[in-house]
Amino acid sequence: MADRYAGLVSGFDDLYRENILDHYKNPRNHGRIEPAGASAEGMNPLCGDEVTITVAFDEDGETIGDVRFEGRGCAISQASTSMLTELVKGRRAAEVLAFDKDELLDEVGIPLTPVRLKCAILGLHTLKVALGRATGAETDADEDIDVR
Amino acid sequence: MAVTAKPTLDADKLRADFPIFDQSFHGKPLAFLDSAASSQKPRQMLEAMTRFYETSYANVHRGVYQLAERATEALEAAREKSCRLINAPEAREVIFTRNATESLNLVAYAWGLTNLGPGDVVLVTELEHHSNFVPWQYIAGRTGASFRMLPLDAGGELRLDELEAVVGRGTAKVVATNLVSNSLGTVNDVARLAAWAHERGAIMVCDAAQAVPHKRVDVLALGCDFLAFSGHKLCGPSGIGVLWGRAELLEAMEPFLLGGHMIKKVRLEETTWGDLPHKFEAGTAPMAEAVGLGAAIDYLGEIGFEAIEQHEHELVEYALGRFSELPSVTLYGPPADRRAGIVSFNVDGVHPHDVAQILDLEGVAIRAGHHCCQPLMTKLGVAATNRASFYLYTVPEEIDRLVEGVRKAKKLLG
Ligand SMILES: Cc1ncc(COP(=O)(O)O)c(C=O)c1O
Repeated sequence: MADRYAGLVSGFDDLYRENILDHYKNPRNHGRIEPAGASAEGMNPLCGDEVTITVAFDEDGETIGDVRFEGRGCAISQASTSMLTELVKGRRAAEVLAFDKDELLDEVGIPLTPVRLKCAILGLHTLKVALGRATGAETDADEDIDVR
Repeated sequence: MAVTAKPTLDADKLRADFPIFDQSFHGKPLAFLDSAASSQKPRQMLEAMTRFYETSYANVHRGVYQLAERATEALEAAREKSCRLINAPEAREVIFTRNATESLNLVAYAWGLTNLGPGDVVLVTELEHHSNFVPWQYIAGRTGASFRMLPLDAGGELRLDELEAVVGRGTAKVVATNLVSNSLGTVNDVARLAAWAHERGAIMVCDAAQAVPHKRVDVLALGCDFLAFSGHKLCGPSGIGVLWGRAELLEAMEPFLLGGHMIKKVRLEETTWGDLPHKFEAGTAPMAEAVGLGAAIDYLGEIGFEAIEQHEHELVEYALGRFSELPSVTLYGPPADRRAGIVSFNVDGVHPHDVAQILDLEGVAIRAGHHCCQPLMTKLGVAATNRASFYLYTVPEEIDRLVEGVRKAKKLLG
């Protein structure tokens, strides 16, 4: 943890690094797939961040052929979900269910306090729930996040 | 022209009393605009606690030796100071708790469980902090009483004209409201609500957590039956709060927490309760915290509550004026003359978390969230707001830095 905070003094431009701003302002894979092979709506009731993720599987029924999201909330939650969609496209559901959140956090690339961490993993958690439902697999749930 | 001299204070000078301001954050001096959550601590208070530990510390009330007597005197002196602070008739009506939340739970449990039942109405407001909402909701649920909420108008003020309609044909038993809202800064007309409550035979419970630190509060003038506040919001330490209650009500109540110190006689068959205030103070008291609270009360008293209130009023006027320069900012709550030193706002298109984080990097500490007021957030139609709150050590330059930071957040993310 100590190391995560070490960079916290970095400053304004670092924190909202261009990468995050870019994903926030120009979200990738934005929208909704209908009908979807897997879907879930996630919400962080503490700050009101929301994302809805929909997935279309390839013919093998397990490879993520397409994934889209809609949502609203803070820059971290929306940008990290946008990054997530790029990371998981083409991967198999089982692989994404085992996806380590650090892989996503590395992509987000800025140090986050525990409160903001919840924002950063909202999309990942929601996607895991969606995939878990579609495949019947267990997910490692975060209790602070509501998923419908 | 007649000029009435307004009481004043010198915030720049007072800041020297607060060691926290010696630090910088992200390379910038700290602009601490979150005093509504908890206040910073003056050296005088910290030293009083240290002195107590170094010279007078022992468990109170139970010792025969001199040191224990000294500790007891220190605790009781703090009770006297708390009593005078709110103009309470008697020190035995002042009960030390952990915080305002515990004080309010004490009333809800110890008064509510025995006095509420089906057909009764417990009335809170849409402006309540969860600490004066959830205990009542819960105890009403357990006793079968009906739990209702007095609504707010669009300006963030209580709809007192709705009182009759909300209670309807139920028997009003409890009216619970804050004196100053922690989210909007609204100053509520508790005296009028208390008069209404008493006409109906209800008790009036006042959450003064945001009032006692900032203005002169007088329980007799308010006409309330119970009043709660926390030490940590008024330059005192964390871990101590106060409940004041009218003696005849407290005497008739069952105890809340049970165990050591609150008893008179313990036998296998039966235990009898101690006298006020001990009946409600089970276990070892927060002794050093009480001493710290007493020192904080002295500190604030020397500055003067009129001066503190006036200073914060000037700051809030200034802040509302500065924010009105920013068309992207939505302000919540009443005009400056009917609010305390609290400003809640949102920035168009920028989530409060992002605003607060960008401000943090500028060394400006504000709160972003629901402020433990989810019913109010629902009313405002938002999940969260930004909140800046002021105290005696706040200076206008900090508000300038706040406004600059908000401008930056808007430019970057809006
Ligand atoms: C209006 C109000 N009531 C109650 C509380 C609860 O205070 P504490 O957390 O010290 O119990 C607060 C503190 O945030 C408050 O602002």
